[in-house]
Amino acid sequence: MAELTAVLASTHHPFYHKATTSPPDERPPYAGVWQQKVEAYRETLTAARPDVLVMVGADHFHQFFLDNYPQFLVGKAPRYDATFYNEEREFGIPRYVLDGDVAFSGAMLEGLMDQGFDMAFSHELKIDHSIVCPIITVRPDADLPVVPIYTNIFAPPLPSPRRFYELGRAIRTVIDAYPSDQRVAAIGTGHLSLELGGPRQFGEHGPDPEFDRKAIEWLSTGNVDAILENVTHASMAGAGNATHGFMDLVLMLGIAGPGAVADYVDELDLFHTREMYLTWYPNGAPEPARAAATEGAQP
Amino acid sequence: MSTYYVDKFLYTIDRDPEWLARYKEDPEGTIEKWEKEVGTWLNDVERTSWLEFTPDERDALVRHDYVWLFEHGAHFFLNLTLFIALFDEEYAARSGPLSFQREFAARLAHWTGKDYPSVAL
Repeated sequence: MAELTAVLASTHHPFYHKATTSPPDERPPYAGVWQQKVEAYRETLTAARPDVLVMVGADHFHQFFLDNYPQFLVGKAPRYDATFYNEEREFGIPRYVLDGDVAFSGAMLEGLMDQGFDMAFSHELKIDHSIVCPIITVRPDADLPVVPIYTNIFAPPLPSPRRFYELGRAIRTVIDAYPSDQRVAAIGTGHLSLELGGPRQFGEHGPDPEFDRKAIEWLSTGNVDAILENVTHASMAGAGNATHGFMDLVLMLGIAGPGAVADYVDELDLFHTREMYLTWYPNGAPEPARAAATEGAQP
Repeated sequence: MSTYYVDKFLYTIDRDPEWLARYKEDPEGTIEKWEKEVGTWLNDVERTSWLEFTPDERDALVRHDYVWLFEHGAHFFLNLTLFIALFDEEYAARSGPLSFQREFAARLAHWTGKDYPSVAL
């Protein structure tokens, strides 16, 4: 059976690439510490030696629009073009072509449907920065095949936080049962509190530092009960109008499992939003990662 | 209200550099052209027969009025991204990085602490 060697849940920040690749005199003052934290986080994936990446993200009105918007979708293509013109324009993110894993995507699709998730699917999916950002941060060589899974965090009515969590549990079941000798890492990105196109955007900090503090505590300790008790669509909107991307992190906790304490926890307070970097090793931490966790992370 | 159509306008303009440049230079003419060429287009053969802007929506788009659009349920992500594309560069050159985004926020300050208009359709 396939082995799930790592689960990564982090925020994604489309400005990271530009901030850390600009000429020295144009680099923002926080670029150095940001890069340091991201590179330390990258080590947690490298140490798990994955062969394939199950990647969870959300299309930001790039391929999908309100004429036909899937709640949950699996990509099932041999390759995926990535990065749209307007992301290149706004964020300076490079374009990629990522390999797919059609057999694994097919098993994911059928395995999720068997568990009651009637997923949408796409045989011609172009991937946006919700998946490209973690490629840039944790696997910049972009050398592994991906199984993309998209969620709706954007176009109401959204699925509930519980449904995101349950989808994560179902994805875990599919990975654990997949008849393959591949080493699998699951990587999902979303947001803590976030405001886009509203009065609290682009402030000195994220819009709701108190929500962020609790969110990191709940996720890193595997406290799904607290999340499902406290987090609703309305409470997320109160923390910032684009905070619903938090549900993709709840999904990742579903993959890690209830009560799973993260092996690696780090964060960074930036303008506009707080960054968070979590890794779980469901089958035990590889040696290099233990060392990195001790030296690099500041919980 | 035809918020869907407004969102469709924001979405399709933002993803095409030529439409973007036109909308910046000549909003009124661009809206008319867009309605003929893009707004109701489904494919080369098929059109949607019933989509149209209200006069207020059309006026707001002509004015580049992102505050009005926010207040009438245009999707926050589309509304932000398109107007960043139109104005970020000139604001940044004049007043520094993110100055457009901060002015955008300040012009919506009266919504702080309130429930924002829903973007659900």
